[in-house]
Amino acid sequence: MIAACLLSIAASAAAKAPLKAPDQFQQIANREERSRALFNEATRVLFHPRCVNCHPNGDSPLQGDEHRVHDPAVVRGASDRGVPGMQCAACHQDKNLELARVPGAPEWHLAPRQMFWMGRTAASLCAQLKDKSRNGGKTLEQIVEHSGHDPLVGWGWNPGWQRTPAPGTQEQFGALMAAWVRDGAACPKETGKK
Amino acid sequence: MKLNVNGVERVVEVDPEMPILWALRDILGLTGTKFGCGQALCGACTVHLDGEGIRSCVTPVRRAEGKQITTIEGLSPDGSHPLQKAWVSQCVPQCGFCQAGQIMTAAALLAKVPKPSAEQIDASMSGNLCRCGTYLRIRSAIEEAAGLKGTSVLGGSK
Repeated sequence: MIAACLLSIAASAAAKAPLKAPDQFQQIANREERSRALFNEATRVLFHPRCVNCHPNGDSPLQGDEHRVHDPAVVRGASDRGVPGMQCAACHQDKNLELARVPGAPEWHLAPRQMFWMGRTAASLCAQLKDKSRNGGKTLEQIVEHSGHDPLVGWGWNPGWQRTPAPGTQEQFGALMAAWVRDGAACPKETGKK
Repeated sequence: MKLNVNGVERVVEVDPEMPILWALRDILGLTGTKFGCGQALCGACTVHLDGEGIRSCVTPVRRAEGKQITTIEGLSPDGSHPLQKAWVSQCVPQCGFCQAGQIMTAAALLAKVPKPSAEQIDASMSGNLCRCGTYLRIRSAIEEAAGLKGTSVLGGSK
């Protein structure tokens, strides 16, 4: 029990630790190992609820840090932007609405179904990000650009109304992803840990 | 700022961030669209922006510039839209407060999907709440308006 509590406290502390910068990984001499370590650090963002909730394994977005199914019961529709009469943009604007508590950013929509992250391990997510059939047809360079500059991705650090932001900043996340690619885009070994 | 509302160009002097609902009700006097929750959660304020349903209580008027707003008053000139007729024949409204929003969402659905399945109706209507619980009548009325064989909640099979 005590051990479990200590582990929980340790995990909580790790979750709150600042996102590491790429140069904090320079002590890892082996390039491939360094790339893996960089990706593992980036998963603190990739697996954050602000990111995963719109990369669900299914047709409905998720909400909150507990990944609740979106209420009202919206579905992705053919273009990942909702169905007639119930489009994402019916409610979500191009910026957060603090009084109404509705989150918003440009081009608010779900990641396509094949780009689901929810429930993945770091290894399987890494493999997915490198697979053009499951990453939106992007090159690694485009993924770095998307990570560091896409305004909808950037919402993760500016989620509005009492939502927990992703760790670090979008700039730091983009730098981690760029360093991961620079060092060979190596993937963590499969541990089964999510 | 110029707004096209129900086919008529209107000029309103408002903050661009004002929700469309405020402009419709308080500036233009179009009170058919209702204020429900003010948080895009109930659907009572649904109007069309270029034919697609939006929650006017949270949508800033700046988003409507150069686009067409349609409210329940503009859905048909004389209440003859198939949904409005079906709403009457199915006796859908009870307290009636949510009905303008319900009809506008349903109209957005039928404009894109003229013969929707029950699942498609549910998916499109899931964000429009009705505290009187008229959901079965709403679905029935949409099916009637779409010319689909449905089950009337009033008179059994049609």
